[in-house]
Amino acid sequence: MTTKQLALVIDLNVCVGCHACVTSCKEWNDGGSAGPLSDMNSYGKDPTGTFFNRVQTFEVGEFPDTETVHFPKSCLHCEEPPCVPVCPTGASYKRAEDGIVLVDYDKCIGCGYCAWACPYGARELDPTEKVMKKCTLCVDRITDELLPPQDRQPACVMACPTNARLFGDVHDPESVVSKAIRERGGYALMPEWETRPANQYLPRRKTEPKA
Amino acid sequence: MKPAWSVILLTTQIGAAQGLFLLVFLLNIFKTPPREFVLVSCAVSLGLLISGLIASFFHLGRPERAWRAASQWRTSWLSREVIVLPAFMGMVALYGLLIFFEFEKNISIWVGGVAVLLCLALFICTGMIYACLPFLQEWRSPLTLVNFFLLGTASGLTLSVPLAVIAHPQFVGPLALGAFALAAVAWAVRIASLVRNARLRPKSTMASAIGIAHPRIVQKAQGFMGGSYNTREFFHRRPDLLVRAVRWSFLLLLFPVPAWLLGWGGGSLATFIAAFALQFAGLLAERWYFFAEARHPQNLYYQAAS
Repeated sequence: MTTKQLALVIDLNVCVGCHACVTSCKEWNDGGSAGPLSDMNSYGKDPTGTFFNRVQTFEVGEFPDTETVHFPKSCLHCEEPPCVPVCPTGASYKRAEDGIVLVDYDKCIGCGYCAWACPYGARELDPTEKVMKKCTLCVDRITDELLPPQDRQPACVMACPTNARLFGDVHDPESVVSKAIRERGGYALMPEWETRPANQYLPRRKTEPKA
Repeated sequence: MKPAWSVILLTTQIGAAQGLFLLVFLLNIFKTPPREFVLVSCAVSLGLLISGLIASFFHLGRPERAWRAASQWRTSWLSREVIVLPAFMGMVALYGLLIFFEFEKNISIWVGGVAVLLCLALFICTGMIYACLPFLQEWRSPLTLVNFFLLGTASGLTLSVPLAVIAHPQFVGPLALGAFALAAVAWAVRIASLVRNARLRPKSTMASAIGIAHPRIVQKAQGFMGGSYNTREFFHRRPDLLVRAVRWSFLLLLFPVPAWLLGWGGGSLATFIAAFALQFAGLLAERWYFFAEARHPQNLYYQAAS
């Protein structure tokens, strides 16, 4: 627990489902070290594409007592990533220094077994590169010392207009993400599989109207 | 899950090959069948192993890098399979050569013994690739391993019957009886796993998937209107009727149909070949269903496009 574990904390209370994190992620990662993120048939009948991040929308409750929840989903950078030990080539790995789960695109044989082993559906096989792709937490951006320090953040975090995405080291108790998890009841997805996701979500809050 | 034909063809073919080799090795120890029968069986077994291996390459996005898959044997059952399969092929070939050149029986028994160990290891590796994934609850069971073993050995035994007609007619009766009995056991265990899986309750729910404790959560948008890897790889998108038809067809083809042909088909070469061919078709259907039946929790996130 002493080493660094970088992660995102996503605030469902303020996410408005604008998809700015999706488009900024696609824009940044379509090039650079992770790119391309191939799209096929973009203007045709059955378009399909590779993305690291999606914003989904759920309706909770029964009409008229419903709540709309916008729910961004990307790789959760699990502390016990089930995708890593199953990889037959060692292409999937968890970085010791910061806990980011990455794919070495030069070693991946595109067998798809890691995607079977991920309960969250966080991995997508690129249709032209034929290797597995997934969120890198913008590893080429957050470690780039040529960028000013405030820009060394994942593209999705930079783009979010409501500050629904926080980024930091969840093993540092004083970090912004650790404080948010502690103070606002951060939780992990599908805890039943004991993958211990590093990314966590902040629940929605009831706000009483002030008369 | 979407059934992967490359993997279906791999597991069914190598299963039959493994069963056939196990049988021939045991026969050669205890019964000394004619050399031709052992040689033909080894050749057929090796042919099926090669054919299965070729099929498996079609599962890979980057087959030219397949050699890298042997590196993670410490943690990955897939990597272990990648090592054990060619090793087993090599030992079957060597065993066949020793028989062909009529080496001392002691040597061939040692070599064959190593091949048998590799054969059993291969059954374990293949089964564990599926059984080791905790959240694919339909696969997460010792029955997965037992099924791979029993269906493989049963089909190998059925395959040995027409080979015996050609190379060793005295054995046809006992082998047909053995194939009948083993297919019956494999069939019963497969039904047991169907019963087990029908009673499963998915551990993951919409509530655990998005972390909101509410009994009624409906997806309104999965985030895109077109397709993605997630919407293709994990859904078979076949109507229920077809899935049920596949289940009934493999239940008929794995045991009742070949059993009838083995026992009451008249004993000609053609009926024994038909018995194996139909049982193998049943195996293909069984493996297809094995995939189609498995419900991946990621599917909770891909329910509705709008």
